[in-house]
Parts: sequence; C-alpha cells; structure tokens
Amino acid sequence: MDATTLVEGILAGERRALSRAISHVEADSAIGREVLEALYPRTGGAQVVGITGSAGAGKSTLVGAIAREQRKRGRTVGIVAVDPSSPFSHGAILGDRIRMQDLTADGGVFLRSMASRGNLGGLSETATGVADVMDAAGFDIVLIETVGAGQDEVEVANAAGTTVLVANPGGGDDVQSMKAGLMEVAQVMVVNKADLAGADTAVQQLRGLLAIADPGPWEPPILKAIARTGEGVPELVDAIDRHQAYYRESEHSGEERRKHAERQVLAITRAILHREALATARASGALGALVQQVADRNRDPRNAAEELLEAVRREWAAE
Amino acid sequence: MADERPIRVLIAKPGLDGHDRGAKVVARALRDAGMEVIYTGIRQTPQMIAEAALQEDAQVVGLSILSGAHLELFPRVVEELKTRGVDDVLLFAGGIIPKADIPAIEAMGFKGVFGPGTDTNAIIAFVRDNAPQRV
Repeated sequence: MDATTLVEGILAGERRALSRAISHVEADSAIGREVLEALYPRTGGAQVVGITGSAGAGKSTLVGAIAREQRKRGRTVGIVAVDPSSPFSHGAILGDRIRMQDLTADGGVFLRSMASRGNLGGLSETATGVADVMDAAGFDIVLIETVGAGQDEVEVANAAGTTVLVANPGGGDDVQSMKAGLMEVAQVMVVNKADLAGADTAVQQLRGLLAIADPGPWEPPILKAIARTGEGVPELVDAIDRHQAYYRESEHSGEERRKHAERQVLAITRAILHREALATARASGALGALVQQVADRNRDPRNAAEELLEAVRREWAAE
Repeated sequence: MADERPIRVLIAKPGLDGHDRGAKVVARALRDAGMEVIYTGIRQTPQMIAEAALQEDAQVVGLSILSGAHLELFPRVVEELKTRGVDDVLLFAGGIIPKADIPAIEAMGFKGVFGPGTDTNAIIAFVRDNAPQRV
C-alpha cells in the first residue's frame, strides 16, 4: 500500500490501513514520513495522554483501567504501549496486551505495542508519530504508555498534551529521583496501588515536591487510585479532562500549546541529532584511536569526546 | 533505520490451555534472536488473536495449543484473519499436535508445525526464512 492509499484508508476508518501506516511511521520509512505529513493537519482532535512512572508502578494496568473508563463514557481509545528492547539481541517481548485482553475484542479500542529499539533516542520520534496517526484516525483519546526507565520516559511524555505520573506507596526514593524534571513532565499525579500501606505518605511526598517547585498557572492534582479494581479511575479521568480543558480552552492555551510544540520539536531534533552524530562519529576514522588513548589513560574521556565531536563537525561542514 | 526493522511475531494461545511454558520458551528464543514478540497470554479466542495480529501488524503468527482442539480452533483463527483482510502473515503452530493432523493443518495455510522437543533454533531459522517483508 502506498502513502495515498494508507491515508485514504485511515480516514475511511480501515484498521488495517492504520496498522500498516503505524509500521511505516515506526520504521521511519519514506512512506511513513509521507503519511505523517498528509495526516498532521488533521491531528489535534484527540486527547493525547502520556502515562509515565517507574517499572512496576502499574502503568499497563492503569492504562487498561483508563481505557475502560473512557469506553464507558463513549469515547474511542488508541493505545501506544512501549516495552524495552534487549540491549544485547535488540529483540523484545511486548506483553502489554496481557493486561488488556478484554479490550482486544472492543472495536472502539486500538492497541499497538512498540519496542524501545535500543538507546539511540529515537523513541520520542516514532511514538509521537504513532500517536499523531491515531489522532488523525479519529480516536477521541490516545494513551501513550512509556517504557518506565531513563530519559526516554521524559521524551516519550513530550508526545502528550497531558502526562500522568504514576507513583506507588513506599516509592519515596523513586519520587525523589524524579524531583528534578517532575514539574516539566507531569500535569497529573496519581499514587497507584493506594490500598497498600503508605499511600497517604506518598501523596504527602508529592505534595511536598510540588510545594518547592513553581507550578505556574496549572497546579498538578495528586490523586489516589487502585488500577486493578478501577477505584479512583473515574476521578483520574476527570482530572485529565480538566487539564485538557486548561490546555485547549483556557487563557493559557496558546502558551501551553507553544510550550508543548517546542518540547516535541526539540525532542525529535535531539533524537535525530543524537543518531546522526553517533553514526558519523562511528564512521569517522577518529574513534578507534581516541578510544585506545583513553584505554591507555593517555587522554581523558571528556577530551576524547570533544575531539570526536570536532571530527563530526568537520565531516558535516565538508558535506 | 528502515532496513533494521526487527521481525514482529505474535505468539498466541487459543483455547483453554492452563499453562504456557512452551509458548514462553519460543517467545524468549525469538526475542533472543532479535525479534519483537508480542505475547498475549492464555485463553485467547480466535477473534482476539486475529484482532491482535491486525492491530500489531505482525508479520508472523505462531499458535501454541496443548488441549487437542487444534482442528477446531486453527481454522477459526484463519477465518478471522481472512475476515479482517490479514492475508500476508506467516502462520506456524506448536504444542501437542499428532503427526496425522499435520497435513490438515498445513492445508489451512500453516507453513510450519513444531512439536515438543523441537530445537528453538529450527523455529528461529524457519521464521527468518519465511517472514514476509513489511515496510
């Protein structure tokens, strides 16, 4: 199927065209880029919501619970679920469907699993594109579930208008470690597994962190939920709706959209720059010798990196 | 990056099997061979399997079954795939399947049937050699 056929199919509601188009966007193929270009003007209708938090926080279960609640409200849901690739084999086991089995039979839901595909920073690039395709396909809600570790977590969240941070009781260290970027990342916070001891303490900790940050006009609400039973999920969905209203309709909307667009453009630029610079660095003859000098302790790594970047700049200037 | 796209495989268990040891061993072997394996868990209906294959744009669908209901369930999976227009996936099967049933399963469109004791390398090679190109 060529790009035109795919775009027509998507706009006609064909799930097979949607699915194949996502494969192209994920692979960053020429057809994928063409599809995105054609569809982008039709995006903006969906609530794009990122779900982030550390591994084991209950993100998949919560995504399933949010999707069920949205279906009850008559909204259609597209889901992008990201799982980690093995750094050794580059393979992956994508198991998010296990926790959302019942949603597979629901024609108002489309779930796509994605692997993080290594550490080249390309995840934000492709996840944003996949969410855009789902948005243009007409889903009311697009949920992006992040892989749950590292920088990608923040970058994938850049694809979303609203990002929900999932924390757990007893996860104090976790919360501490996210302190720095917390405000930029999350507009809604939820303590999941709230039936476990320490839920209120976790809420307090988050509140404490917010107090020392400067939240700006939107103050992130902090909620409690039990994704497994669905308790607290309607309130979470209400909170997401409220942030979306702020993002889309309030006097701050223009500024928020601009900030979001800037985050997206910069995240993708960073991903492409990262990939291309590393590819050029690897291909340049300089790498092997510099590595050897560092290994022999004749040059420090920072100095070697500067030297390597100089080689990349020379290469690019010559092009 | 288009040329490095890993093969996407859906591993699914139709029917009422209670455990999925074999399916998981195969899933892990394929992952370790660099493939992206979508695993859906046990007790899947043919509709759920076909719908997952569609949404995931899987190039390969592997069905594992222990209950003996393969001659019942496999044709229904094939039918559900057809209904959704998914006509370009490589199908293979594993589990407890009597030799006598293999020709019937192959006639349904399955290119490989792997019983207990199969070397996972044989499955990896089979998938690599036969997976259709996607993008």
